[in-house]
Amino acid sequence: MSEFLFQLALTFDATLRVATPLILAGMAGIFSERSGVIDIGLEGKILAGAFSAAAVAHLTGSPWIGLLAAIATSMLLALLHGFACITARGNQVISGLAINILASALTVTVGIALFRRGGGTPSLAPDERLPAIDLPFADALSGVPLIGALYSEILSGHRILVYVALLAVPLTAWLLYRTRFGLRLRAVGESPEAVDSAGVSVHLMRYKAVLLAGVFTGVAGAYLSIAHGGEFGREMSAGKGYIALAAVIFGKWRPVPTLFACLLFGFLGAAADRLQGRELPLIGAAPTDLMIALPYILTVVLLAGFIGKATPPRDIGEPYPKSK
Amino acid sequence: MNHPPLPAWADLGLLPLLNILAAFVVSGLIIAAIGENPLNALVVMMKGAFVYKGGLGYTLYYTTNFIFTGLAVAVAFHAAMFNIGGEGQAYIGGLGAGLAVLVADQFLPGILLIPFAVIFSALFGAAWAFIPGWLQATRGSHIVITTIMFNFIAASLMVSLLAGPLMRSGQGAPETRPFAEAAKMPYVHDMLAAVGIETARSPLNASLLIALGAAVLVWFVVWRTRFGYALRAMGASPGAAEYAGMNTVRITVLTLLLSGGLAGLMASNAVLGEPHKLVLNFTGGYGFTGIAVALMGRNHPVGVVLAALLFGALTQGGTELDFEFQTITRETVQVVQGLIILFSGALAYLFAPAVARALALIAARRGAAA
Repeated sequence: MSEFLFQLALTFDATLRVATPLILAGMAGIFSERSGVIDIGLEGKILAGAFSAAAVAHLTGSPWIGLLAAIATSMLLALLHGFACITARGNQVISGLAINILASALTVTVGIALFRRGGGTPSLAPDERLPAIDLPFADALSGVPLIGALYSEILSGHRILVYVALLAVPLTAWLLYRTRFGLRLRAVGESPEAVDSAGVSVHLMRYKAVLLAGVFTGVAGAYLSIAHGGEFGREMSAGKGYIALAAVIFGKWRPVPTLFACLLFGFLGAAADRLQGRELPLIGAAPTDLMIALPYILTVVLLAGFIGKATPPRDIGEPYPKSK
Repeated sequence: MNHPPLPAWADLGLLPLLNILAAFVVSGLIIAAIGENPLNALVVMMKGAFVYKGGLGYTLYYTTNFIFTGLAVAVAFHAAMFNIGGEGQAYIGGLGAGLAVLVADQFLPGILLIPFAVIFSALFGAAWAFIPGWLQATRGSHIVITTIMFNFIAASLMVSLLAGPLMRSGQGAPETRPFAEAAKMPYVHDMLAAVGIETARSPLNASLLIALGAAVLVWFVVWRTRFGYALRAMGASPGAAEYAGMNTVRITVLTLLLSGGLAGLMASNAVLGEPHKLVLNFTGGYGFTGIAVALMGRNHPVGVVLAALLFGALTQGGTELDFEFQTITRETVQVVQGLIILFSGALAYLFAPAVARALALIAARRGAAA
C-alpha cells in the first residue's frame, strides 16, 4: 500500500510538471479568446519561445536572458497574429495555423544555421537552466504526516516557472474580473460595438490581449527548454498548445476551471508516462494511447454538449471594422 | 482596409501572385540571414523539381497528395466550413486502404484489389469527417476545434493499431507487413515503358489520374448539380438557405463526407502508390498544407491543381536543397510554405488597397490622356 502511495505521490509530482506549460498556455488562450481572437497558434508560440530560450541561454550563459528572449519571440509572433487578425482582418484560424507551421520550420532552420545539430540546441549547463526552489519550511515540515509530505515532496522543489504558472491563474482571474482592463477585455469579445461606442479602441484592446498571450506562451516555451528540460529539440512542444486550447474550452474560458482542466490533462499525461508498458489489474496492458488521446476525446464530447455546454465569447473569430 | 472592388483578373490572378511574391521575398531574406544565397537556392530548387532525372516525377508524386488534400479543404470552404481535419482523414483513409489490402491481397487480383482499396480509403476518410460534420450540424460543435481534436485522436489510434494488432509479427517496427504485388498502384514509368517511352524511375503512379479525376468530379458536383448549388447557397448564407427550405443538416454532413472522402483518397498515392505498407505518419503534414493549396487555388479545382503543382515543386525542390547546402534543409522550404499560407490566407487582401489605388491611378491617367 505504501508503495502505491509512493507511486501516487510521484505521479502527482509529475502532474504539476507536465501541467505547467499547459497552465501558462491556457491563460494565454483565455486572454486572446476572451478578447475575440481565436488562438490556434498557441503551439507555435510555445515552440518558438522554447527555441529562443534555449538558444539565447546557451549563447549568453544566462537563463534569465533566455527567458526574456522567449517572451520577446512569442510576443513578436503574437504581434504578427494581431496584425493579421485585427488590422488586416484576415482569417484567425489560418493565421494561427501559419504561425504553427512557421514556428515549426523556423526553429529547425535557424537551429541548424546556429548550432549545426540537426535543429536542436546543445545541452545546457546546470547554471544555464532556470533554478528550482525549495518552498520555505519544506525540510522542517517533511516529517509531518500527509500534509508535510504533500508540501515538501509534491509542492516544493520545482523549477521556478512551476510556481509562476500557479500564480498566473489568480493573476489572470484578478486581471479579468477585478480590473477595468479586464472588464473591457471581456467586453470586446462579447460585444465590441458597445466598447467602441464607449470610446475605447477595440483594436488596441485586442492587441493588448494578444500580446499578453504572447508573454504567457513565451514563459511556457522557456519552461520546456530551460527549466523542465535542458535543451531544445525539434517539435518539443509536441501538441501542448492544442491540449491547452482543449483545456481552455474545457474550462469554458475561465481561469480556475481551466487550471483544473490543465491539471487533469497533466495527470493523464503523467500517468500515461508512468504506466507505459505496464500490466494493470483487470484491464491488462495499460491503455496509454487512449490516455494520451483522452483530452481530445473529452473536448469533442464536451463541445457536442454531452457534458455541459461550452459557449465561447460571442464575437470570437470576428474581425471588427475600425470605426470611422 | 476599405478599398473599391477589384476586377476579377486582379483578384484571382494578380493578388495571389503578389502574395506568393511576398512569401518568396521574405523567404529570401530569411535564407540570406542564415548566410546562404537565396538566388542559388531558387536555382537549385527549380532544377531539383523539374530538370534533374526523375525530378519531375517526384514533383508530380507530391503534387498528387496536394491535389487530394487541397480539394478536400476547397469543397468544405464552399459550404463555409473549415475542415482542418484533412491530416487525420487522410491518415484514417490510409487505414481503410491498408485493411482492405491486408484482408484481400492474397486472393483478389490487382484489377479488383486496387479499386477495392481506393474505395475503402475514401470511405474511411469520409467516416472520420462524418463525426465532426454530424456534431456540427446537429449539436453545434465547432468544426475547426473538433477536426483539430480528431487529427490527434487519429494519430493516437494509428499508433496503437500499428504498434499493436496490425504490427508485422516478429518485427519491432510499428508497421504492417508489406502488401502483395497485386496491391501496388502501377508506376507511371512502367506504364510509359509499356507503350515504348523510356522515363526516369520515380514514385509517380496512377493515382495522379485519380487525383485529376477527383478534380473534375469536384468541379462537376460543386457547379453542376443541385447538391452543389445547395452547398454553395449554404456557404453564402446559411440563414437564407434554410429559409429557402434547404436541409442544412443534410448538406453539412454530405459536404463533410465528400471532403473527408477526398482527403482519404490521398492514401491511394501515399500508401498504395509508394511505401506499399502502412507506416506511421505517412500523412506528413499534407493535410495542413492542403489548406494553403485550397486558399491559393481560390477553391477552384483548376486553381487547386495549379497550386498543388507549386507545392509539389517546392517539396521536391526542398529535398534537393538538403543535398546541396549545409544550412538549408527541407524545413527551410516549410518556412516558404508557412509564409505562403500567411500571405495568401491570413493576409490575403493585404495588397488589395494598394492594387486598387494603382488601378484607379492608371484608369485616371488613361482618362486624362483620352
